[in-house]
Amino acid sequence: MKPGFLAVSEAESRLLPGGTFRSPTPYVIAIMTFVMMIVAAAGLALANAAGVVAAAVEHRYVLQLPNGGDEKVEQAVRTAKSIRGVTAVEPVPQEQMRKTLERWVGPGGLGDDLPVPAILHLDLAPKANANAIGATLQRAIPGARFIAEQATVRPLLGSLRALRWLAVALVVMMAGATSAAVVLASRSALDTHRSTIEIMHGVGATDAQVAKLFQRKIALDALIGALVGAAVAAIALLVVGGGGAAIARDVAGTTPLHTGDLVLLALMPLAAAVLATLVARAAVLSALRKAP
Amino acid sequence: MARRRTRATSDADGRGGLLSAIVEFDSVGLRYGTGAEVLRDLDFRLAKGAFYFLSGPSGAGKTSLLQLLYLARRPTRGRIRLFGQDISDASRDVLPDYRRRIGVVFQDFRLIRHLSAFDNVALPLRIAGKSDAEVEGPVREMLAWVGLADRASARPPTLSGGEQQRVAIARAVVSQPELLVADEPTGNVDADMAHRLLHLFTALNRLGTTIVVATHDVGLITSTSGAQIMRLEKGTLADPTGALRNPPETMRAR
Repeated sequence: MKPGFLAVSEAESRLLPGGTFRSPTPYVIAIMTFVMMIVAAAGLALANAAGVVAAAVEHRYVLQLPNGGDEKVEQAVRTAKSIRGVTAVEPVPQEQMRKTLERWVGPGGLGDDLPVPAILHLDLAPKANANAIGATLQRAIPGARFIAEQATVRPLLGSLRALRWLAVALVVMMAGATSAAVVLASRSALDTHRSTIEIMHGVGATDAQVAKLFQRKIALDALIGALVGAAVAAIALLVVGGGGAAIARDVAGTTPLHTGDLVLLALMPLAAAVLATLVARAAVLSALRKAP
Repeated sequence: MARRRTRATSDADGRGGLLSAIVEFDSVGLRYGTGAEVLRDLDFRLAKGAFYFLSGPSGAGKTSLLQLLYLARRPTRGRIRLFGQDISDASRDVLPDYRRRIGVVFQDFRLIRHLSAFDNVALPLRIAGKSDAEVEGPVREMLAWVGLADRASARPPTLSGGEQQRVAIARAVVSQPELLVADEPTGNVDADMAHRLLHLFTALNRLGTTIVVATHDVGLITSTSGAQIMRLEKGTLADPTGALRNPPETMRAR
């Protein structure tokens, strides 16, 4: 018999007859690969989205003035700009603040006697000491609150990261389910070819020689199934994800999936086939060792 | 058929100075599961190059004994030495090497139905790592030897019982085994074919292969001169003359 992990001669390949699509293995692997790729793509997109959001607010802060007024806002802007480490100051226009507040208090609810708070967006330099800047501002502007925008979006980022780990867990579970399906398929194949195996053992075949025939067959089934599943998943991602990609480009100037992500997704069918092959080998060898 | 190489067997065991015991059973017993022993207290030696018939009524344990000989089963007690090595507790990984030195003819042929006669006969050689070029000559020679040169591409279901039996015999001897074990090899063939098969076995035996044939066929036994008879009854081996425990000198000389 030919040496090697998968290489068999033409004569050896005749020992286990049956076409690729006669066993359930390629179908199961195709479905599993399809689902794994979709889930993995979603997980990667979520991770990228979380990264974009986190990067956008990493050095952004808000200065809240409880009782805003043009003079106070101008004073706060001057003070903020004078502090080392503050790279940009952008007050939210009073008109916009009023419109926002009217959503809660109703049209006309904001009389002249009701103070309208003011908000300033501050960008800090990457290495600026945010705590010191906040303390300086609060000393200079009594009653002001200095808030990191990261704190505001932390729940959102937490959800995105949780979803990303959920996607990872789903991919792992899919891989586990694929392995279980391959184990069942391997045992079924062993039962189907029991007499051939007994004859091979009888004339001196080792367990490894027998296992090689099965692992090669399952590797081919798995590879074909994985490629089919990957192709369908790629089409689905292009159709469904195409719109999302356009929006992401417009809003965030980036795409949901980067080149590295696409390479990772492209490797998934190969990984599924390799996993199926290794599991098949282990399952067959384990079953053969129980023989006398 | 070219003569194979011979392997030295253990002879320094202090058990009567037998020079070439190819098989040694020492107090061997076999049971299936928790049932009663189907083979009990088997003590015998098979001399290298000898011809043995294993006889006995149905259910006496002939097939079980043969299975121990061709390593399809392990004894539940006692020791078995094969080719000079104790294989009673041998690792599963080393058994294929021993099996490659044994040819087996099964009562039900056990051919692979979807392979041609050629591929069935070639199987032991391919398992042993021979290339297609190395396989071609010996397999053609064996098929011609059993009279099936023109049926090389036929699959077993298209062959008669006698033809299948001859393919099975060709497969058993193509790798020139040191020990040939046959279970009722003439059970499925007519008298003429049985005689021809026996002729094949004696020819092989003359080339040095130790032969063990389990059979009910008294005619087969009586027509083979010089063969030893092992009679098995209710799992025990009758050895009234002690010839099985201590094979006579004439057998050592073969």
